[in-house]
Amino acid sequence: MLWTRKDLLDLQSLSVEEITAVLDTARAFRAVGERTIKKVPALRGKTVINLFIEPSTRTRISFELAAQRLSADVINFTAEASSLKKGETLKDTARNLEALNADFIIIRHSAAGAPHFLARVLNAHVVNAGDGAHEHPTQGLLDIFTMREKKGSLQGLRVTILGDILYSRVARSNIWALRKMGAHITLCGPPTLVPRIFEQMECRVTSDLEEAIADADVINLLRIQHERQRKTMFPSLAEYSSLFGINRARLAATKPDVLIMHPGPINRGVEVDSEVADGERSVILEQVTNGLAIRMAALYLVNGGQAASTETPEQAAA
Amino acid sequence: MDSRAIDLAVRRVARAIASRAEGHARVVLVGIQTGGVWLARHLAQHLERLWSAPVPVGQLDISMHRDDLDQRLAPQVHPTAIGFDVTGKTVILVDDVLFSGRTIRAAMDALTDLGRPRRIQLAVLIDRGHRELPIEADFVGKRIATGPTDRVDVRLADTLAASQVVLEKAVRR
Repeated sequence: MLWTRKDLLDLQSLSVEEITAVLDTARAFRAVGERTIKKVPALRGKTVINLFIEPSTRTRISFELAAQRLSADVINFTAEASSLKKGETLKDTARNLEALNADFIIIRHSAAGAPHFLARVLNAHVVNAGDGAHEHPTQGLLDIFTMREKKGSLQGLRVTILGDILYSRVARSNIWALRKMGAHITLCGPPTLVPRIFEQMECRVTSDLEEAIADADVINLLRIQHERQRKTMFPSLAEYSSLFGINRARLAATKPDVLIMHPGPINRGVEVDSEVADGERSVILEQVTNGLAIRMAALYLVNGGQAASTETPEQAAA
Repeated sequence: MDSRAIDLAVRRVARAIASRAEGHARVVLVGIQTGGVWLARHLAQHLERLWSAPVPVGQLDISMHRDDLDQRLAPQVHPTAIGFDVTGKTVILVDDVLFSGRTIRAAMDALTDLGRPRRIQLAVLIDRGHRELPIEADFVGKRIATGPTDRVDVRLADTLAASQVVLEKAVRR
């Protein structure tokens, strides 16, 4: 097995083999979700703590269900209910959780690098569920998993990521993973949200929507993140929608088998019209299903990561 | 064991299954990933000839049910693909080598998550002894005397002619 890491912190540092290992493992876990008994005993007796310092519903629920389907016990810990409000440091909060013998800490934090910090100071396995505008590795993995399942291979695939790239950790995780897997990436949106500096990540940058989506195999739409923008980066949502929103007319000028993706939550009528979001080319709900499988795979793989040195050759061969 | 000896062992197991299972209507084979899958396919070919009836074959991955997940790297997960309902069937689990019995314990757990078989039986190509659980095979191709730290290397190729079983004795110190 190619996975030896204790934590899943970002996609930038993963190899092609490691990414492939997660995708292949996720395929088997997706099948578990389709059975009558949707549960396996892989993490029986383990404790998983969802440490969500920044609000999230879908990612937290997805991780919670993933842990439960692996037979782990889950505790949810949110910023509103925490001692962080009383001035406790992140390190102290995490050490208290570890003192409760938590085996996994899934962290979402508004500060980039928070998961990396925890991974250094804790023995527990740490999984990044989104850190600032840095990375959201499980979202990146579920996006490329969905693309691979639908298109067969990521090599040479033309992926257009559209919208708020500047503030998006989803975009960054997508870019790292897609580049490693051999896809061609185009970033498109208002120049204020898609600065040319992204060309240094080997992406094509354009603000010409028609050109960006004409030959795309996948269009990954990102939500406009009002909450992360300190000042308005474009004149109005209506203008954004008229220039960059995907509607039926624009969809007609794309490849007939293009995939429409969105990490959610959707701003209907802004990034995408309802008839496209709910249309036959949309795989938005499949992304949700696949996200569960990716998170099960991530927990399963990092669980074995710490024990690398104690593995005997017989066990490796078994 | 060369390919001829493997072929004889597989035929022996197939004949034993054919003579013991009462009727073939509800018998299905489930190979354990990865070595058991090859064997299950070959057994099914022989049984279909003996019975003149199709024999359903599935494949089962047991990684998620192992009891040593804390002591090793996460084992590679292979697909479980069982295209039939196991409930009410006589399921013959198939593996290449029977050793500690722990794989079979995990396989029975994985299988019962999929349904409630009428009975579960076990067929193996090689029984090398050294059980750590109270598990025995119903059908055995060949019993081999081994030391607990020896390696039994079953190399099963797509064609029988290229297959072999090699016993590598552990270096005694």
